[in-house]
Amino acid sequence: MPSEHRLILKHVDQPGYTPDIQCYLRHGGYETLRKALALQPKTLPDGRVVSPQEQLREEVMKSGLRGRGGAGFSCGLKWSFVDRRSGKPIYLICNADESEPGTFKDKQILYKDPHQLLEGMILASYANDVHLAYIYIRGEFVEGAKILNRAIAEARANNFLGKNILGSGYDLEIYVHRGAGAYICGEETGLIESLEGKRPYPRIKPPYFPAVLGLYMCPTIVNNVETLAAVKHVIAMGGAEYAKLGTPNNTGTRIVCLSGHVRRPGYYEIEVGKVTLRELIFDPAFGGGLPDGRQLKAVIPGGASAKVFRAGERIRLKRRGPDGRETEQELDMLDLPYDFDTLVAAGSMSGSGAIIVLDDSTDIVAALANLSDFFAHESCGQCTPCREGTLWMAKALHRLTHGQGRAEDADYLLHIADNIPGGRTICAFGEACSWPVQSFVRKFKDEFIARGAAVAAKQTTPLAENEVAAAPRPQTATPPLAAAH
Amino acid sequence: MTLTAPIPNPLQRWPGFAVPPALEAEIDEVISHYPQKRSASLMVLHALQEHFGWISQEAVEWTARKLELQPINIYELVTFYPMFRAAPMGKYQIKICRTLSCALGGSHALHRHFCERLGLDPKKHGPQTTPDGRFTVEFVECLAGCGTAPVMMLNDDFYEAVTPAKADELLANCR
Repeated sequence: MPSEHRLILKHVDQPGYTPDIQCYLRHGGYETLRKALALQPKTLPDGRVVSPQEQLREEVMKSGLRGRGGAGFSCGLKWSFVDRRSGKPIYLICNADESEPGTFKDKQILYKDPHQLLEGMILASYANDVHLAYIYIRGEFVEGAKILNRAIAEARANNFLGKNILGSGYDLEIYVHRGAGAYICGEETGLIESLEGKRPYPRIKPPYFPAVLGLYMCPTIVNNVETLAAVKHVIAMGGAEYAKLGTPNNTGTRIVCLSGHVRRPGYYEIEVGKVTLRELIFDPAFGGGLPDGRQLKAVIPGGASAKVFRAGERIRLKRRGPDGRETEQELDMLDLPYDFDTLVAAGSMSGSGAIIVLDDSTDIVAALANLSDFFAHESCGQCTPCREGTLWMAKALHRLTHGQGRAEDADYLLHIADNIPGGRTICAFGEACSWPVQSFVRKFKDEFIARGAAVAAKQTTPLAENEVAAAPRPQTATPPLAAAH
Repeated sequence: MTLTAPIPNPLQRWPGFAVPPALEAEIDEVISHYPQKRSASLMVLHALQEHFGWISQEAVEWTARKLELQPINIYELVTFYPMFRAAPMGKYQIKICRTLSCALGGSHALHRHFCERLGLDPKKHGPQTTPDGRFTVEFVECLAGCGTAPVMMLNDDFYEAVTPAKADELLANCR
């Protein structure tokens, strides 16, 4: 029987568990920090001395922990890229700009267990010789920012923050920085620009890899809230022990957010790769299935940017069995284990861990129109393909959902979506805005064509008398600037 | 071609704009969190908006002076970040999540419900304020509450799984 495995959310939602430091301390809080700060340099048989900081980084590397923000990049590797010889200060930023549609996991940690995040941040900061760290929290989390500020004050009063932490000689300050409603601030270089007090225009990489040229052009680590909370558990358990959770290369636990047409939407912490999409959606321990009498139509497996799966879609996958041999398998998309690698191999991604379930009552064209409106609103406007493309796609979809579409709009949408990503934009928003369009239109093309064709047929008679409408349309794809909006 | 008319300035004036000493002290404390003053710009704007309700031309100029910047460096933030208001808004600001999970959960009906109750046009884009200046209603993008759709904010507070009855109750409490 599949079930939750609560590690980060172990105490959250338990009766009587409160976000204050006394409660956290009663539940063994800051014990891991205490032990980490007491670590001594270790001398290896070959005479090399390993500092306590290196030992901690080694544990994170061994744990196989991957970033929980969306890209799933190895946390240990990210830390290893940090330029430690530049002589410049190293900064740590906690990315709490949770705003990928479908995602509401970081909020649970921030609001209900802020000290767990702080302990993870202090450990990560100590391990990376950071003395100044920020929590970039989305502006709408007004209460969240207050909770964090209270927690920081409590931690400082207990000498877990500030000067000479627990007598170790280590100094660290953490400050809360509030965003102001822009999704692009979740992109790490956009976030850094925003933290520097500017518009959050993402920086081009190379050369602006945060590990080398981040905040104030200094080496910077940007980690998601859930990743930093996981760091606390990695250090507490030891990297090797943490790596036993989950599946190979997809270790640990992660919090999955279920929303849309399921009976039990919510957040569920699972061992990565130990639960399938089918179990997450239908098992009574998780989503509990669809509303009465409804059939599954589609699943968005990793937040708004992830490519959609159509119900019944068959996925051909190369998988490595327990004997190490690679075999090719064909699976129903529902039987995909929920992890990082399998979903990428299946042509989508687990992204920020947000599953949006769509049943057969969903107007798929309207659903995509909704997502495209989001991306059109949130494009920062720096790169032309993204700034213009997101708007053209949103307008074409608006046209289709408002009785003004045409049968060729499906191809028109694909033409735009195929010309935004792939190195034409500075950041991955170009991919993020195109993937839903590419996948929705390709996988439900019949519905998109039918929607446009139905409208065209209806309009033939009255519009034939209209000179403008009767004129032949240009052969090249022109932006539907005249579309009603 | 020469420009004969000045470029219109969308910022509004706040005659007699003055930052009270207590607020300025709070802002100075926030600025001390950063190695570079400019970093504090969003936090300063939040503090000013919380106090004054919206960001006036005077607030932009004050912030620029405070952080040793040009006014354009602050103005471009007010026009970019959706949370900053360049004009007065209602005393009670209602933000309803528009994005997919909430849309599936009935956020459009909720938005329409608020608009109808308050005599606003549910089809109109952007924030709308009632003539008496008490309520502003707008659709916003994902508020990270997808599991309890539809979600909304009333000023700084979140409300989840908001039914029309709950919406009426919230309005009734805004007296």
